[in-house]
Amino acid sequence: MHMADALLSPAVGGTMWAASSGTIAYCSAKVRKELDDRKVPLMGVLGAFLFAAQMINFSIPGTGSSGHLGGGLLLTILLGPHAAFLTIASVLVVQALFFADGGLLALGCNIFNLGFFPAFVAYPYIYKKIAGERPEPARIPVAAIVAAVAGLQLGAFAVVLETVSSGITSLPFSTFVVLMQPIHLAIGIVEGVVTAAVVSFVYKARPEIVQGSAEARPIGNHPVRNVLLAFLAAAVLTGGVVSWFASGDPDGLEWAIAKATEKEAWKGPEHGTHGMLTALQEKIAFLPDYSFRKRAEAKGARANPEEEGKPLGDAKEEKGGKLGTSVSGIVGGLITLVLVFLAGFLLKRRSQAA
Amino acid sequence: MASIEGTILDFKRLDQLATGGTSLHKIDARAKVLVTIVFLLSVVSFDRYALTALFPFFLYPTVVLALGNLPVDYFVKKVALFLPFALAVGMLNPLFDREMMVRLGPFDISGGWVSCASIVVRAILTISAALLLVGVTGFPEICRALERLGVPQTFAVQLLFLYRYIFVLTEEGARSSRARELRSFGGKGLGIKSFGSLVGHLLLRTWMRADRIHMAMLARGFTGEFRARQTSRFGGRELLFLLGWSTLFIVLRLRNVSRLLGSLVTGAPP
Repeated sequence: MHMADALLSPAVGGTMWAASSGTIAYCSAKVRKELDDRKVPLMGVLGAFLFAAQMINFSIPGTGSSGHLGGGLLLTILLGPHAAFLTIASVLVVQALFFADGGLLALGCNIFNLGFFPAFVAYPYIYKKIAGERPEPARIPVAAIVAAVAGLQLGAFAVVLETVSSGITSLPFSTFVVLMQPIHLAIGIVEGVVTAAVVSFVYKARPEIVQGSAEARPIGNHPVRNVLLAFLAAAVLTGGVVSWFASGDPDGLEWAIAKATEKEAWKGPEHGTHGMLTALQEKIAFLPDYSFRKRAEAKGARANPEEEGKPLGDAKEEKGGKLGTSVSGIVGGLITLVLVFLAGFLLKRRSQAA
Repeated sequence: MASIEGTILDFKRLDQLATGGTSLHKIDARAKVLVTIVFLLSVVSFDRYALTALFPFFLYPTVVLALGNLPVDYFVKKVALFLPFALAVGMLNPLFDREMMVRLGPFDISGGWVSCASIVVRAILTISAALLLVGVTGFPEICRALERLGVPQTFAVQLLFLYRYIFVLTEEGARSSRARELRSFGGKGLGIKSFGSLVGHLLLRTWMRADRIHMAMLARGFTGEFRARQTSRFGGRELLFLLGWSTLFIVLRLRNVSRLLGSLVTGAPP
């Protein structure tokens, strides 16, 4: 369920980064305040444990395939939401850096999808409600399965939302949802069964581990509300800043210019902008025999009368025009690649000779 | 899937690359972290049909690979492992986006294929940037850089702790897993039941280990933070490194160098 950088837009990635860093900051402060410095090594070592446990496969009966533990819910049951969130986040950081599981920009999304939902939704609202304040062994499996399924469903849905709103893939929302949710229903059930098996085992051997964390939370505290508030504030702030910056790139600028010309608020040929428009027009008009140019003209209904045939309003045509869609673009791309690798080769030779 | 031992070896190898002594290794980690972030943001901020404009960005991983004296085949293999995944995701685009976009002689190429190729190129660039950052910096240094860049200390300590025990616990997990495989027959005994108690035991041992570590730390005067010798500072070289690369990335983001080169060669207007 790890998201990859390649499918993410900077606005979505940045917003989720803000959300996750906000939650990390909040949880860090919470864990610090707990003053139980026994938790510091415990969190670290349990993170490493999760790593090891994820590597061990088990066979899934009746399917012939094998699976592995996700572990978000398991850690939350053992550590409580705040410490578990930090631990899950740290595991994801290592996975992103060493195994390229998900990317660095997607890290915000992944931490949120795989950490927030089990720790702050599935555990307090589902697992604890079913298992009870003093967990009874008979209820643990049901609680774990329902909570794991819910956490993974929410996480999978968040993946869909993040990917679709990034707009890199052409997969429609409905298709993506239909693909993701049932798969994660199955994954969630398996995850729940495995979590239940481990928790039940630990409960038999050392019940105080499972009970201790369930009782540790002070009464009358609303971690979710605080976290949600922090998350919202951070997301709105960064989302605003990121989209403001994003609109500074040519696409946004063109769009803004198009809007301005439509409203006739655009006054006079200022040199800089006018020069840029002309340059853009030239870019779009090169090699006019190729199909996208004609299509662009046909669709350029909202074109600016001054810049005839220029499809200002149509974002996709703009993109089509910007892409090196001609022979020259492809030739240039190949030359660039050859140059780049040649440079690398020479540098490598030099550094080895030195 | 690779064996657990194989994964651990792979992990260790990447970890050990960071002990190299090239000029790139010696640059303060903060500069490298920030350059990587600018690189990633520049690459992912292209629209979905950008393809040739992404090619100049290969300059960064190539130069790092060369100057950092890193094993090329190792990184190529590591990145190649993820290409099937990127391709699988990208392959859905041609199904949904059939509008023709490029005409190359007799061939019409739809927007879906272009964006699929774009996803693959993005994946190569972003994955290699992350791996190379670890290769020339090392995880502990990255954590310290993050802490000095404002990441909460609790989280930075957590990352360092996790890192310190990953090798110990994955090896323990690998041994347990091998022991179970040796005792199973024809898939029997590899199910969830044995997994539950195996991982449960591992968990209990981990828990006791954490207790011991905590006592050892207290005995050595642990107060909640890791102290490390400051080995590097953010000087002129770091500033140059950061500004040089960032400027290049931003220029490459705004100008399609591939197309400029191509128009030079083919004589088409840029």
